[in-house]
Amino acid sequence: MSHDPGMPSTAGPRARTIGQPSARAEARRFATGTGAYVDDLPVHRLLHAAFLRSPVAHGTIVKLDLAPALRMDGVVAAWDGETLAAHCQPVRGVLAHLPAMQAALQWPLARGRVRWVGEPVAIVVAESRAIAEDAAQSIAFEWADLPPLVDPRAALEADAPRLHPELDSNLMFTATVATANVDQAFARAATVVELALRSERVTAMSLEPRGLLAQWDAAQRRLTVRMGTQVPWMMQAVFANVLGLDCDQVRVVAADTGGSFGSKIHCYGDESAVAVAAMLVGRPLRYVVDRLEAFVSDVHARGHEAIVRAAADADGRLTAFEVDDLCGAGPFSIYPRGSVNESRHVLGLTGACYRATEYRARIRVALQNKAIYGQYRGVGHPLACLFTEAAVDAVARRLGVDPLAFRRRNLVPDDAYPHRAPSGARFERLSLCACLDELARLMDYDRLRSDQRAPSVGREPGVYRGIGLAVFVENSNHSSSNYGRGGAPIASRDGATARLTQGGGIHCAIGLTDSGQGVTTAMAQIAADAIGVPLADVRVFMGDTEHTPVSGGNWGSRGTGISGEALWQAGLALRAQLLEAAAALHACSPEALDLVDGVVQRRDDASSLCTLKALAEAIYFRPERFPPGFRPEPAAQRHYAQTEYDGIYTNGASASWVEVDTRTGFVKVLGHWIVDDCGTVINPLLLDEQLRGAAVQGIGQALFEGCLYGTQGELRNATLADYLVPMAAEMPDIHVGHVATPTATSALGAKGGAEAGVTGALASVVNAINDALLPLDAHVLELPVTPERILRAIGALDRR
Amino acid sequence: MQDIELELNGQRVRLAVSRREHLADALRQRCGLTGTHLGCEHGVCGACTVRVDGAAVRGCLMLAVQADGARVRTIEGEGDDPVMRALQDAFVERNALQCGYCTPGFLLTAAELIALDPDPSRESIRAYLSGNLCRCTGYQAIVDAVELAARRLREAPSTDGRAR
Repeated sequence: MSHDPGMPSTAGPRARTIGQPSARAEARRFATGTGAYVDDLPVHRLLHAAFLRSPVAHGTIVKLDLAPALRMDGVVAAWDGETLAAHCQPVRGVLAHLPAMQAALQWPLARGRVRWVGEPVAIVVAESRAIAEDAAQSIAFEWADLPPLVDPRAALEADAPRLHPELDSNLMFTATVATANVDQAFARAATVVELALRSERVTAMSLEPRGLLAQWDAAQRRLTVRMGTQVPWMMQAVFANVLGLDCDQVRVVAADTGGSFGSKIHCYGDESAVAVAAMLVGRPLRYVVDRLEAFVSDVHARGHEAIVRAAADADGRLTAFEVDDLCGAGPFSIYPRGSVNESRHVLGLTGACYRATEYRARIRVALQNKAIYGQYRGVGHPLACLFTEAAVDAVARRLGVDPLAFRRRNLVPDDAYPHRAPSGARFERLSLCACLDELARLMDYDRLRSDQRAPSVGREPGVYRGIGLAVFVENSNHSSSNYGRGGAPIASRDGATARLTQGGGIHCAIGLTDSGQGVTTAMAQIAADAIGVPLADVRVFMGDTEHTPVSGGNWGSRGTGISGEALWQAGLALRAQLLEAAAALHACSPEALDLVDGVVQRRDDASSLCTLKALAEAIYFRPERFPPGFRPEPAAQRHYAQTEYDGIYTNGASASWVEVDTRTGFVKVLGHWIVDDCGTVINPLLLDEQLRGAAVQGIGQALFEGCLYGTQGELRNATLADYLVPMAAEMPDIHVGHVATPTATSALGAKGGAEAGVTGALASVVNAINDALLPLDAHVLELPVTPERILRAIGALDRR
Repeated sequence: MQDIELELNGQRVRLAVSRREHLADALRQRCGLTGTHLGCEHGVCGACTVRVDGAAVRGCLMLAVQADGARVRTIEGEGDDPVMRALQDAFVERNALQCGYCTPGFLLTAAELIALDPDPSRESIRAYLSGNLCRCTGYQAIVDAVELAARRLREAPSTDGRAR
């Protein structure tokens, strides 16, 4: 019997736990309050940091006097940008393969100028957080106002003042793509729609704020940083760069991480300053951002405005898309990923699910005096989906075609892969049509339509219902094409180690982290099946640069697909090594043996030969039992990188069923459905909860969330009481379905699933609202779709 | 500083606290009870929920000095409570937590709900929990888990509430 590594999810001795909805054993720690987030770690001689942050969006620093802080009892040290600069290096968030990209050097603390409300200006180190905060407030800080550049459009005017004198404009990045006949396609089209869409900035708002605990070991000249992070290996390189150390002088350990969603994958000035300060004071130093600071210092995301056009011929076939996108991305490009990735997704993916062959796109990313800008779950995919799907609905409406039928007619068919979109994006294998069909079945589309059109039984007058659909792609399993090639210190090759413990269990080490996705359990399932042991016998250790192989970390839906494949291969190798050892011990051929549920069996009669516990005992304690010269090897390590495509796209479809009360402008989400194809499903329980959680974040962005700025660049709703996120009472039950198209680029066949839920949600909610407003001939294309925006769209506010 | 005395997780405890210190900080920093988390420190997110004299309250909105003489229970002190154990089992089984940061607050609020209403509807669960913020799950699994725990407790009220 030979093992087929390409089909781990098929029935057979290898697929015992992969595909099963196993609960997370590690979840009990959190349910009993015994998780250990960075602020929970007990430390002797601990010092605390606090920051003075800029209260203005743009100004020249005139005076910064730390003396009042340094005079206070309990204050150990304080630095401003100038005094800290002698001890660290600045960073510049550009990607080398994008020559059109420019960004200024960024120091941990502002030097000379402040450029956003919340920019760290000075750090105070003290015996308690309360003292550090009091001292930070006592610092004498004076500035001279500079005109704030808030609106990205104004920032790009030719005569706009430059945000950074060393840059030649406020344009961080621009790129275009156009196919040969796009103008003719629009000129010849029977139908052309044009939409102006706008999406407010949002923030990931992980419930545990960012934080770190830095300790400098002067004796060994080594820095250890424990932090909530998705990317310990990247942070090792980041801290080494900032501190002028070798990578190997820095150890980064991921503490339990209380949510992240893309916010904990960046080089933040305050975190760098804490690491520098910890070296200088020689005592452990902790800093955890408070909620008010988080709103102005975590990366923001998804602040875009776009003009989108779509064309269709007389037969109702989409022929062309066009998008002109503008993003205001704050005053610096966040290191090391850069602040232009969302826009690049918009360029690569708008219209990409459809058969239209002509395409033009322009993206522009402007510097401005708002908070620093970066990635949030799904990055630019939800925007590309929103822009596309809003336009597709508009064309269908114009043609009088049902939006489901219109999509079926126009999607790239499931047998047309590999497929290259007009933008150049390459898709290995998608199942757009199968997912849409499954979605229609799951939601009972026809019944909902008839319910929507039925006379409003039980519905108040002025209450309208709508259905919104969205089809999407989402990149996962990235190659080195962006970060590696761009010079960002983010690995695309992940390693995994699997070894037999002395007790006969399996210990795995991988460089990922788990901020709640359930990676720990999913990885244990992969190892259990690859090796042939019960799930309960596998322990997975993660997130410590001192004790795990290298990994790019958890972002971009890459963990399961990349680290998971490395672990699958390491597990297969270990299994072969263990069977060799058992064969040597029992004087038979390894081909005659199998490893099932932790027991070595003879293949011919499935009789037991020995347990792994007995094998471990022989290997570690009784080497003399093996034939002379035979050296059993009870550990295996393998690495994997996906190199065939820029990324392996997942795909899916989502639907929303909403009720709009035109008297109040309130929207109620009555139902939400997602069908996702992320290839081989490792654990449907965990995957479904990833999809649901992501969908709620998308619904939140569609209806509630937005970082509201005033004209002076001040963030007006920087508290959790003012920045609205979804709570339990507003959210519906979310129904999930699956289509499985494993990637052929790995043996495991898994793609990522943690971002798909958010990717379609913006578009399906907005399309549903506009479907509901159709009888009123009104639409809203600005996110979040607040009651005010709905009432304005239907003219109800103007009448008052 | 001011001395306070309280019954904390069943034991008499004397603490010297600062007058401006909120209860959650005192529990975390002076007693090492780090299962009480801080998410916003202005009473919105519910991550710092603890029981004071039986009621689920926000540890960040109550000063430590106000807890003088009170009975305070944190997630660490709930291990023997059958309702809490049923909830914890259901949360794990149903994957009603991801990062776990909000979880102790949800569990304490849900335990209070089940004490008030042993057979809550999904809508009433959603309404009762709507003062607790979870950024990971999307809430559905939490509602499922509370429903499941309540059902098990109704079916086996005389047992210790453990899943069978």
